Amino acid sequence: MKEIISKITKEYLYTLLREGKRIDDRGMDEHREINIETGWIGTAEGSARVKLGDTDVIVGIKMDIGEPFPDTPDKGVVITSAELIPLASPHYEAGPPREDATELARVVDRGIREGDVVNMSELCIEEGEKVWLIFIDMHVLDFDGNLFDACGIGAMAALMDTIVPGEEHEVGEDHPLPINHVVVPTTFSKIKDQMILDARLEEERIADGRLTVTTNEEGHLVAMQKGLSGIFDHEEVMECIHKSVDIGESIREYIRGLSEEKI
Amino acid sequence: MGMDKDMDLIDEDGLRLDGRKFDELREINIEAGILKRADGSAYLTWGKNKVMAAVYGPRELHPRHAQDPSKAVVQARYNMASFSVPDRKRPGPDRRSVEISKLMSEALEEIVFVEQFPRSAVDVFVEILEASAGTRCAAITAASVALADAGIPMSDMIASCASGKIDGHVVLDLGKNEDNFGEADVPVAIVPRTGKITLLQMDGNLTIEEYEEAMELAINACHEIYDIQREALKKRYSTSIDSYEDLEEV
Repeated sequence: MKEIISKITKEYLYTLLREGKRIDDRGMDEHREINIETGWIGTAEGSARVKLGDTDVIVGIKMDIGEPFPDTPDKGVVITSAELIPLASPHYEAGPPREDATELARVVDRGIREGDVVNMSELCIEEGEKVWLIFIDMHVLDFDGNLFDACGIGAMAALMDTIVPGEEHEVGEDHPLPINHVVVPTTFSKIKDQMILDARLEEERIADGRLTVTTNEEGHLVAMQKGLSGIFDHEEVMECIHKSVDIGESIREYIRGLSEEKI
Repeated sequence: MGMDKDMDLIDEDGLRLDGRKFDELREINIEAGILKRADGSAYLTWGKNKVMAAVYGPRELHPRHAQDPSKAVVQARYNMASFSVPDRKRPGPDRRSVEISKLMSEALEEIVFVEQFPRSAVDVFVEILEASAGTRCAAITAASVALADAGIPMSDMIASCASGKIDGHVVLDLGKNEDNFGEADVPVAIVPRTGKITLLQMDGNLTIEEYEEAMELAINACHEIYDIQREALKKRYSTSIDSYEDLEEV
């Protein structure tokens, strides 16, 4: 089932945007209020619940020991999946992940993987035989738009909350997951000619294009994804990239603050 | 049940592993109306269990051949998050959750005035975010509050609780180790206003006398839980009235 929107709401949103306004009075580059709570799930090795406005997601990290991939025998393995469970929206259905959930999981995964977030070499126990597997499971509870940022931020915060359960598996002591970089995704939606950050559901429904830019603390790009059928010109993409670096930095400070609190 | 026991479940003072008495529930908290998209919702914590329930409907039922021209179909889905248990659970339904979903659907159908909504569906989704024994009882308890929060016409809510037997004693609301190492487990759900039983399972080994004792404990606890359910709804809707009064003052 597809998300639908009434003509009158659609026209209202267009009219507002033409005047440079948004439905909830935010600026074009303004996030909704972000709330991150780590350590939320006792049965997980690490977890984070992220509320981005009314969008609500839980990310849980589970770890296990398994075989490495043949081409990276000395590195741990990350497996990322997203579940758009029917609890979260009248339009989600039960069943195996469909293409939107798969794209979401892959975009978050790319940020973590290409951003070199986890020191994967330290997760090797026995080369070619035994390495740590990290399962990143993203569970959407309430869907009010922009799952890419909510899940990406949640995955990052949950990884930083993770304790590797060495004792339980008899391979050494428990220790925090070795983190190299803190990456943050920011997602822009293009509605006609207007770019807006962190679209809420009504805005997402009328968006023509979507661009997610994931950056690290050095201000480098680590992953990007353009979605939907709308098109961007080079200047628009550059504008998103520059904004993403700035906005990413403030979210990064928030995520870092959470793990410092813990220490 | 049935795991080899390597620990005492009751200490010399007659207290259980977590310090509870035989007839004592774990702490239960319920909050109604926590999700925006759902028509009704509830978040329940029960000891270390964390459970979220959402209700959608009455709405059109797909596929159409599943529609019932005389009544609504109540479809409950019990699902465990992969991170809700110590060893990661593979996402998706397994035999256990399919069975629980079926029992929940049947139990809830009894209290909903289904004849008022022919051809439609009332969907109930329950997510177990963290599991620590007794999740099916927690699921039904939370689902009932979410149904009421959705404004679905119903005769009553359902309250649910398990009792069981550990170290030869009949006790209420088994915790994790008690469930694994105990001798019997009896999950029960009742319609509190009539006292009728709407869910009953049992596994383990009980004498008839022990069964009667277990039922008495569970049913008393269900009434206690019913109060918590009603309080959650009152709290949710009294807030709305307060804000309405605020508006009038302006």
